[in-house]
Parts: sequence; C-alpha cells; structure tokens
Amino acid sequence: MIKVEGIKKSFGEVEVLKGIDFVFEQGKTNLIIGRSGAGKTVLLKILVGLFAPTEGKVWYDDRDFHSMDKDALRELRMEVGMLFQGNALFDSMTVAENVRFPLDMFSNMSLSEKNERVNDCLSRVSLDGANDKFPSEISGGMQKRVGIARAIVYRPKYLFCDEPNSGLDPKTAITIDELIKDITVEQNITTVINTHDMNSVMEIGDKICFLDKGLIEWKGTRHEVMESENQNLNDFIFASPFLQRLKERAKK
Amino acid sequence: MYYKETIRQMYDIGIGSLPIVFIISIFIGAVTAQQFYYQLTGTAIPTYYIGYIVRDMMIIELAATITCLVLAGKVGSNMAAEIGGMRQKEHIDAMEIMGVNTSSYLILPKIIGAVFAIPVLVCIAAIVGIVGGYLASVPTGLYTEFDYVKGLRSFFNQRYVVMMFAKATVFAYLITTVSCYQGYFVKGGSVELGQASTRAVVLSCVAILIADYIIAVVLTS
Ligand SMILES: Nc1ncnc2c1ncn2[C@@H]1O[C@H](COP(=O)(O)OP(=O)(O)OP(=O)(O)O)[C@@H](O)[C@H]1O
Ligand SMILES: [Mg+2]
Repeated sequence: MIKVEGIKKSFGEVEVLKGIDFVFEQGKTNLIIGRSGAGKTVLLKILVGLFAPTEGKVWYDDRDFHSMDKDALRELRMEVGMLFQGNALFDSMTVAENVRFPLDMFSNMSLSEKNERVNDCLSRVSLDGANDKFPSEISGGMQKRVGIARAIVYRPKYLFCDEPNSGLDPKTAITIDELIKDITVEQNITTVINTHDMNSVMEIGDKICFLDKGLIEWKGTRHEVMESENQNLNDFIFASPFLQRLKERAKK
Repeated sequence: MYYKETIRQMYDIGIGSLPIVFIISIFIGAVTAQQFYYQLTGTAIPTYYIGYIVRDMMIIELAATITCLVLAGKVGSNMAAEIGGMRQKEHIDAMEIMGVNTSSYLILPKIIGAVFAIPVLVCIAAIVGIVGGYLASVPTGLYTEFDYVKGLRSFFNQRYVVMMFAKATVFAYLITTVSCYQGYFVKGGSVELGQASTRAVVLSCVAILIADYIIAVVLTS
C-alpha cells in the first residue's frame, strides 16, 4: 500500500500538482490517468523519490518516504521496480545485461542463477532469444518490454510503470497489461501505472485516479467509470465518437 | 561490478592515452633540447647542461603539467559527456531507483582509475621526453651522446620525482572530479551537454594550473 497525503509540486511559478490524496492498494493495479501534461509522470516520480514534493507526504505502508534515513531508503529501493516513460535502458549494455543489472548490483546469486532469472523474465515479456541484442537494435515496443523485465527481475514489492503500453500495437499492449496484472496478483505487490490508454482502464483499472489541472478530479474502479456522471472524466475517457456510441448503447 | 569498472577505466585512460602522450612528450623533449642548445651557444655554460635541463624540466614541470592538460581535454570531456548523457537519458534516475549509489558507482571507478593510470602516464612522458631530447640533438650532431648522458646524470635530486608523482596524482584527481561533476549535474539537452563537456575541460585546465603553482610553492619552500 502506498498512501499520498496533500502532495503539491511546483516548478518555479507553475504549480503542477495542487494537493493529491490517494491510496494505492496492495495486490491491485492502481491507475493514474489524465491528459498529456496533467502531471502523471511528475506524481510517479514523486512517489519513487526522483522529485521532492513541495508539500505533502508519501507513505510506503508505514514508512514515511521523505523522512527515511539513507540505509532505510536503500533497503526500500530494493523493493521498488520502475519502468520509465522513455525506458531508460542502458544503451551500452545488451538486453540481458540490462535485465541482469539489478541482480549484478545487489544479489549474491551465482551467474547461472542470475541468467536463469533473466531468461525467465525475458520470456514473460515474450522476448526469448533477444538476450544479446543492444537496445538500439530492437524496436520501441521491445525496449519497453525489456524495461518491464528489468523492473520485475528483482521481485519488487512496489512496481511503477509510466505508460507501459504506449507505442505498442493493441495486441501486445493487452499482453503487457495482463502481464502486469498477473504479476501484481501473483506476488501481491502494489502496482502504480500511468496511462491514457482506455483499454487498460477498462481491463486492469482496479483503482483509478483521474488527474486534471493538478487535482484528482475523480476516483473509482473500472466498473464505476461506466456509470460516472463526471463530465470531465467522460470527455476524457469517451473522447472518440465511437466510444461515446458504445457507452450510449451500454446504458440502454 | 566496481572492480571491473575500475579496471576498464584504468585501461581506457592509461592504454587509450598512450599514443597521444607519447607523441606530445617526444616533441616537447626535442624542442626543449633544441631550444636550449640555441640559447646556450656562445655562453660559458657547458653543453652537457642541456641533458640536465631537459631532464629536470620534464620531471619537474612539463611531463605532469602538459600531459595532464592534454588529458583534461581527452579524458575530461569524455567523462563529462558519458555521465552527462546518462543523466539526460534517465539512466542515473533508473539506477537511483534500483538503490544504486550512483555517485560512487559511476564516479569512484573513474577517480581510482585515473589516480593510478595518470601518474604512470606522466612517468612515461618524462622518460619519453628525455629520449626526445636525445633524438633531437645527438643524431643531428649538436653535441655528443656522452655530453647528453653526462648532463642527465648530473645534479639529480630525487625530490623532483616525488614532486612529479604528487602533481600527477593531484591533477588526475582534479580532472576526474571536475569533469564528473559537470556531467553528473547536467540539465537540458545536447547543447547543455556540449557546454558541460567544454566546461569540464576548461575548469580542469584552470584547476591544474592553479594546483601546479600551489604545489610548486609548497614543495620548494
Ligand atoms: N523537470 C521539470 N521542470 C519543469 N516543469 C516540468 C518538469 N517536469 C514536468 N514539468 C511540467 O509538469 C507538467 C506535467 O508533466 P508530466 O510529465 O507529469 O505530464 P504527463 O501527465 O506525464 O504527460 P504525458 O502523458 O504526456 O506523459 C507539464 O506541464 C510539464 O511542463
Ligand atoms: Mg508522462
């Protein structure tokens, strides 16, 4: 469980987040949705500590993130996996080396155990056999999947994904969503996903928070999205005429 | 991981810089010999002093300073660009989140690598410079091998060698810390990366020259 209380964040004069309160639950896929520029990435980076909030608190279960000492923080880091919006793969390392990196840094497994774990993770994201390629040699979608493999290789308790399926074809996108969902349930972890993909919202939105103009405009589950009367949310989710018609039909 | 990375840095800095250090020091030795031969002809100072002058100039000042100024350009800009690129591509953020202590993981191997490799390079530069002085004067008939070698063996003071290693170590430390700092805290895009890399070189050079003067004052007083 991750809880945020009164998170505010300004860059200079611009206030990007104006007071966010939310609970991201364990064993569920928690979604942060919102328009491009709504502050999803900023909120995620505050959750993992890459940005310090101007105001407010982040709790990892009973641990107050921003007042932890160095050792406690390092320990917590071991429990965190993250997929960046831009992947952030190490481009002078091969795919396998990328995925193995957290293990190389922190685990005392033998090389063969590590390689086995790496291969497991790569096959979970359907990338068997890509071990020796470099990130520049594989497609954007494949890079994304390598990023996911790297995020889950150390068996995190908290998983953060910034737009895990943007730039993927619908089929692969669904596979990735299901994969994240499966891992979340299987290992009972707290997963936070940034997305503006409506399929994800409908498929894996256990708990959704809709960011708009720096505030949480709406929160609920994927089942509640359909019934919601919130105009802003409806404009965002059912943006295309096709989806609007679908919703109308569902109502009848 | 740290160990492997340190070895890689030593190799890159040390072996990678050998050719340039070799070329520069051989010419500096040669020019020093040639120039002092010209200045000293017609004076009462015997020609064998040239060997002595070349040796001491190389050991006391030129080997360490010139080599490190060149390495500031070569190694410094490289380090700033490498680390700066990692910062901009969020590699450093990704490592931080994994729990890696990025400042020590990325910078420490470079400092250790440089602090070991650069003094060796400087030592090689001094020797090559002295050979350069020989090549410029003896085969061309300015004076005899006997004179040059006699000069080399006169008035030797071991303290100068200590001074050379002290300078080399300090300069190596300055180049890496200044350059890594510039890269680590880079913001923005490719223009800023270029600027950081330039700043790394310029600031390392200035730091080297200031340190050179301070070491000279401290170790000769
Ligand atoms: N480092 C920064 N410095 C200044 N402003 C920033 C910084 N990072 C983000 N912002 C601002 O914060 C706002 C939210 O950005 P953010 O990246 O969180 O959007 P997002 O919701 O993730 O959008 P997208 O869906 O396009 O990824 C933007 O207006 C952006 O200009
Ligand atoms: Mg974003």
